Amino acid sequence: MADLRVNFAGIQSPNPFWLASAPPTNSGYQVQRAFEAGWGGAVWKTLGEPILNVSSRFAGTHFNGQRVAGFNNIELITDRPLEENLKEIYETKKRFSNHAVIASLMVEPKQEKWHEIVKRVQDVGVDGFELNFGCPHGMAERGMGSASGQVPELVEKQTYWAKEAAKVPVIVKLTPNITDITATAYAAVQGGADAISMINTINSLAGVDLDSWNTIPHVAGKGAHGGYCGPAVKPIALNMVAECARHPEINVPISGIGGISTWKDAVEFMLMGAGSVQVCTAAMHHGFSIVEDMIDGLNNYLDSKGIAALDGLIGQSVEKYSDWGNLDLNYKIVARINNDVCINCNKCHIACEDTSHQCIDMLTSENGNAYLEVREEDCVGCNLCSIVCPVDGAIDMVEIPNGEPMTWNERQAAIKLPICNS
Amino acid sequence: MNLNRVKNKTISLDNLRTNFQEIEPDLTPKEAIEESNRCLYCYDAPCIKACPTSINIPSFIKKIASGNLKGSARVIMESNPVGASCARVCPTEELCEGACVLNNASLPIMIGNLQRHATNWAIKNNEQLFQAGEATGKSVAIIGGGPAGLSAARELARLGYEVTIFEAKDKAGGLDTYGIVSFRLPQEISLWEVEQVEKLGVKIQTNTKVGKDIKAEEIISNYDAVVLAIGMSKVPMLGIEGEEAEGVLDAIEFVEGTKTPPLDQEFIGKKVVVIGAGNTAIDAATCSVRLGAGDVKMIYRRTEKEMTAYEFEYEFAKQDGVEFRWLTQPKRIIQDEAGKVKALECIRMELGEPDDSGRRRPTPIPGSEFTMEVDAVIKAIGQTRYVHLIEEFGLEHNKGIVKIDAATHQTSNPKVYAAGDVIFGDGQGEAMVVTAAQQGKLTAHAIHKQFITNEATLESV
Ligand SMILES: Cc1cc2nc3c(=O)[nH]c(=O)nc-3n(C[C@H](O)[C@H](O)[C@H](O)COP(=O)(O)OP(=O)(O)OC[C@H]3O[C@@H](n4cnc5c(N)ncnc54)[C@H](O)[C@@H]3O)c2cc1C
Ligand SMILES: Cc1cc2nc3c(=O)[nH]c(=O)nc-3n(C[C@H](O)[C@H](O)[C@H](O)COP(=O)(O)O)c2cc1C
Ligand code: SF4
Repeated sequence: MADLRVNFAGIQSPNPFWLASAPPTNSGYQVQRAFEAGWGGAVWKTLGEPILNVSSRFAGTHFNGQRVAGFNNIELITDRPLEENLKEIYETKKRFSNHAVIASLMVEPKQEKWHEIVKRVQDVGVDGFELNFGCPHGMAERGMGSASGQVPELVEKQTYWAKEAAKVPVIVKLTPNITDITATAYAAVQGGADAISMINTINSLAGVDLDSWNTIPHVAGKGAHGGYCGPAVKPIALNMVAECARHPEINVPISGIGGISTWKDAVEFMLMGAGSVQVCTAAMHHGFSIVEDMIDGLNNYLDSKGIAALDGLIGQSVEKYSDWGNLDLNYKIVARINNDVCINCNKCHIACEDTSHQCIDMLTSENGNAYLEVREEDCVGCNLCSIVCPVDGAIDMVEIPNGEPMTWNERQAAIKLPICNS
Repeated sequence: MNLNRVKNKTISLDNLRTNFQEIEPDLTPKEAIEESNRCLYCYDAPCIKACPTSINIPSFIKKIASGNLKGSARVIMESNPVGASCARVCPTEELCEGACVLNNASLPIMIGNLQRHATNWAIKNNEQLFQAGEATGKSVAIIGGGPAGLSAARELARLGYEVTIFEAKDKAGGLDTYGIVSFRLPQEISLWEVEQVEKLGVKIQTNTKVGKDIKAEEIISNYDAVVLAIGMSKVPMLGIEGEEAEGVLDAIEFVEGTKTPPLDQEFIGKKVVVIGAGNTAIDAATCSVRLGAGDVKMIYRRTEKEMTAYEFEYEFAKQDGVEFRWLTQPKRIIQDEAGKVKALECIRMELGEPDDSGRRRPTPIPGSEFTMEVDAVIKAIGQTRYVHLIEEFGLEHNKGIVKIDAATHQTSNPKVYAAGDVIFGDGQGEAMVVTAAQQGKLTAHAIHKQFITNEATLESV
């Protein structure tokens, strides 16, 4: 059994699995049930004002029979009065002193507003704050959430104001609705953030109803963009975490959020630098009990790798994430089809023929059996055939020797060298 | 068993062993991933309630989907110490799969096969899934190393008891090892489960028949508690003429003969008649087919409707080419000069008024006798009880069904508990591996509770 405890920027929790600030953390009842189920921490549903909301709030993206490949919402921050939330935070922390209770906050970008809310919440006892600079709808129209999260100066200033009043660690939660997330991450660090978390939801419209022509979801026949999350956003979130993790001037812990549904997703985020992970959609889809397999699966994985604690995992893949210019242009892989495993659906052939480099031949053997073969000299190693292949192990991408490594940057340097000398 | 997945249906006469290999192939990794992702992960899931051992089925399936196979196997074996065998022998359409909510929406999840997939992983990777608990200093003797005995032993060892199993046979596992046909349950699966229990420090004293090699009293006085898990005995006598003839076989012994090599070549091309239409009768018939018999008939004095075999077993036997003779009762076994079975005289029956069991009582039609030529007659009309041993233990019983307190599994001697087929009957459970396992587990917990309560009382004195 590995040690799964985390110390995230000074916030202790029995394991790295936290519920993200969202409906699952809307009340003391829910957060306490979650802790009973095994969650290590919870970021309370964002506190702030005003208390209002819409009815018809969520929409799911179902993909080929699998439900909730993605999830879209147009709801606001907490719909419950601050006093009630504070009372329940206090009770929850009293019952679960070893679990991490983090309060998510959002107020107008004014110094006194930040001071006021930080102090009030701090008084009931929380382990940390998360500043919600990410909500893409509703609050943004009033200069909060992602509206302020998209402006690095505002991120820096508000973080600074929160830090002025905070005695516990402050995490800044970033919006992905921005071209370069490291710009706002850096601003948060400049403002004194103890940690950053990402991602909040991505601007989205889930769909349009083919009969009523209404948006999905709609509120009395009108729609507005929502925030997208769930499995579909994982690659976007993972990249943003990795970009921040490898940035030389962003040296604070990162809490990874976005599409995490299993222990495997969590391992990937941790390898890319996340010191804790947060989950919303997966819990909304299946209930709190999913954390049991997240913990068990992570434990068994660490045991199988001989890793005793999460330090052995966190950030281990960060140095492998680089710039395109550092990739070896001479590295070559080709597809190889294992005919004993192949089921002859020919999907790889047509994918390559129509949309890649026309190098998978459909052949017939001497005894009349159809088989597929890659002309390796024409294969560019794009992976497409192995991606569309429905059977594990039918197509391997194998490395073949191809000369000395040479990156784009090295190539450019080599070309430039004589010019400089002249 | 999922008959649609059985691919190789041909019988080899050259190599009988191939006929006894597991007939339903393992799920491929692709099948396992697709099927496990199809599971809805229901809350308060009906499949859990339908499993006599209450395996957390959505949890183990979710773990297959997430790639946590060790965790998956552990969830299964935690609730059911013979979960690898049960994955193969449980009548899942009557239990977990029958309760799956997808029965109405599409097709039920292949729970049995997914359970097999996860436990196969543990077997292949030689994982020890559980550890012995801290020693309590108390000892328990278990008589019989079948599913009930093993299950009790596993739980007691995890609770820190020093456990000794006394087993009459050469190997433990009970009917899982010797009684259930190899092509559904290969012996090595059952033996892996035995090994899992042994690795917890449980002593298994094989080739030791209690009542003969060691006295009941001796066991009662040497241990702090005793669990009687001896199962049931041989098939009863038919009570007809010629029953002692050579070629008249006990179905359970007959199946046992196919569990360990070498296989008997004597049945190739022969005519076999199986008497009975329950689960064991089906097993005897399908084993006969796999031993190369040329003609296999099952005769039953009632009709298709009253047969106790499961629907899938009946289908399977039909696919194997077994013929059924309903409303037929054996009257006399006719022997040749050498005392070998030659023919079976039968009489036709008709159904009358319902009897105590609610089934219509069959009565012979006078003058309808006829004979069938046969080379072997296999009796599969139920099992007798180890009445003698039960009496040696001095336990109250009803025709060999040991009486217990349903809450504690205690017999009339409070130090002796009983679980499994030895208490089956009188409305106590069903004779299934999974119920035996559950009863063994409950017995272990009851013993533990008893000791804890005793200690608490002592301390408070
Ligand atoms: C042919 C056949 C097919 C079956 N098929 C299925 C099936 O497909 N699915 C299913 O769920 N169930 C099936 N069953 C029923 C199932 O096998 C039993 O319900 C189950 O094995 C009962 O477990 P048990 O531990 O009580 O008894 P057993 O499995 O009978 O084990 C009892 C053990 O006690 C030992 N023993 C007996 N006397 C003594 C003694 N005096 N001293 C020491 N040891 C002793 C025996 O050797 C044996 O190992 C089948 C039964 C038979 C006979
Ligand atoms: C219905 C809903 C409401 C949310 N409300 C908040 C919120 O109040 N504050 C916040 O910081 N994030 C909020 N989020 C974003 C989540 O905390 C999280 O960042 C996002 O859903 C990505 O994680 P996931 O893919 O695991 O769902 C909300 C998400 C959803 C689906
Ligand atoms: S889940 Fe259904 S019942 Fe519950 S609040 Fe939402 S719409 Fe209402």
